[in-house]
Amino acid sequence: MNFLSGTWVGEWLTGLGRITLLSREAIASALTFKFSRRDVLYQVYFIGIKSQSVVLVTGAFTGMVLAAQTYFQFHKVKMDTATLAVVSVSMCSELGPVLTALMVAGRVGAAIAAELGTMRVTEQIDALRTLATHPTDYLVVPRLIASTLAVPLLTVESMCIGIAASYAVGVGLLGIDPAYAWWNMLKYSGDADVMIGLIKSVVYGGIIALVGCYKGLSCSVGAEGVGRATTEAVVYSSITILISNFFLTMVLEHLCIIFGL
Amino acid sequence: MIEVRGLKKSFGSQPVLEDVSFRIENGESVAIIGRSGGGKSVLLKHIIGLLQPDSGTVLIDGENIVAMNERQLLRVRRKFGMVFQGAALFDSMTVAENVAFGLRRHEHLTEAEVAKRVAAALDMVDLPGTENKNPAELSGGMRKRVGLARAIIYEPQIVLYDEPTTGLDPIVSDSIDKLIIRVRDHLKVTSIVVTHDMRSARRVGNHVLMLHERKIHANCTPEALFASTDPVVRQFVDGVADP
Repeated sequence: MNFLSGTWVGEWLTGLGRITLLSREAIASALTFKFSRRDVLYQVYFIGIKSQSVVLVTGAFTGMVLAAQTYFQFHKVKMDTATLAVVSVSMCSELGPVLTALMVAGRVGAAIAAELGTMRVTEQIDALRTLATHPTDYLVVPRLIASTLAVPLLTVESMCIGIAASYAVGVGLLGIDPAYAWWNMLKYSGDADVMIGLIKSVVYGGIIALVGCYKGLSCSVGAEGVGRATTEAVVYSSITILISNFFLTMVLEHLCIIFGL
Repeated sequence: MIEVRGLKKSFGSQPVLEDVSFRIENGESVAIIGRSGGGKSVLLKHIIGLLQPDSGTVLIDGENIVAMNERQLLRVRRKFGMVFQGAALFDSMTVAENVAFGLRRHEHLTEAEVAKRVAAALDMVDLPGTENKNPAELSGGMRKRVGLARAIIYEPQIVLYDEPTTGLDPIVSDSIDKLIIRVRDHLKVTSIVVTHDMRSARRVGNHVLMLHERKIHANCTPEALFASTDPVVRQFVDGVADP
């Protein structure tokens, strides 16, 4: 592999290897309860509670614009009452989890990378190690657990507010018959759509925390290093979310077909 | 007992330490001196396992820490306390939370016991009543004292000081030196002080290691160092720039 050293492929593979090792270390630490529950609760507050306004606004306006766009296209073929069904399925299985994860990646992924990066350049990570504390136990695991708990909860909020907002726009503004709209929505959206959305959001929560922590812990020295780590945390976690979304959709939809859900 | 044998370290193509060997007995107080950028802090970080050498061994009470992984090192690091050059206080915590960090992580004490130990540690470093301050509110000297309180609260066997007086005025530097001596004498710890302040090295060390050109150039008592006629030692002791 020496021929790859110094190239972007080599650096990319090295980064992938390191983040895999960090994930293994974090999962092993989480399973052996080497973390503090208090730290997890604080991170749930920071990642979950503090992200609500961003996620709610994003969910509401995504549901509203999706309802309007779907209505204008469906109206041409007299399928107005199917509008909310499309919005509901989209919000539950795709837009809810993906947009929530992207918003949380922007807010929380950047904050995690900046905080850990600053701790690294000011020797606070070394101080932790000298105090016989593993940085993975103290810094990574609480964020990983909190993120995998908080992102699904935020996703559910986003799904609900998106569907409610689309109902308000469709029924209140565009004049769709409420009874048919509601009935079609319940008929075409199933438990499987919600389950797919929730499974995706758990994975995205893990990606946001791991990429943010990895970028912070491995950032180069100086203010420029922290700035670069913060930017890369957002960019890489967003790209990873979008790429993994395709594969998760393919796998989960096939599983639904196989198990008849 | 700390023993370093044949330690080598490079960063990329830049060698920093070459064949460094020495031994420090329990209870000794050693000053590591040398020019800025000469590898003193790098050597200190090898002693506590924060850096891995390219080759060589570091024995702490007979255990080779170079062969240990990060989790195994945690057990050995409980023997150490370290004071960083910039104090490295956790800026999201108060002084009390910083000082209590090691206790809360590793000892099962009640909050009252923790508070008592924190107050005692802060008393030891002459900072009583600062428990609720934030690190940002403290001066450089106070931050180093809090760093020392954090390092000694769980009564380690070895305390490492990375340039404890750098950036401080002579009066504060003097008080930090006195504090290092007080901690050494009260807690009977092994002290390793990295410094380029000769006055400080003379006061706190009963042994001096001088790093020069990546190697241990002198390993002697402070008196022998100050009396040395070796031109390299003389130049450093007298503080004379290259002609």
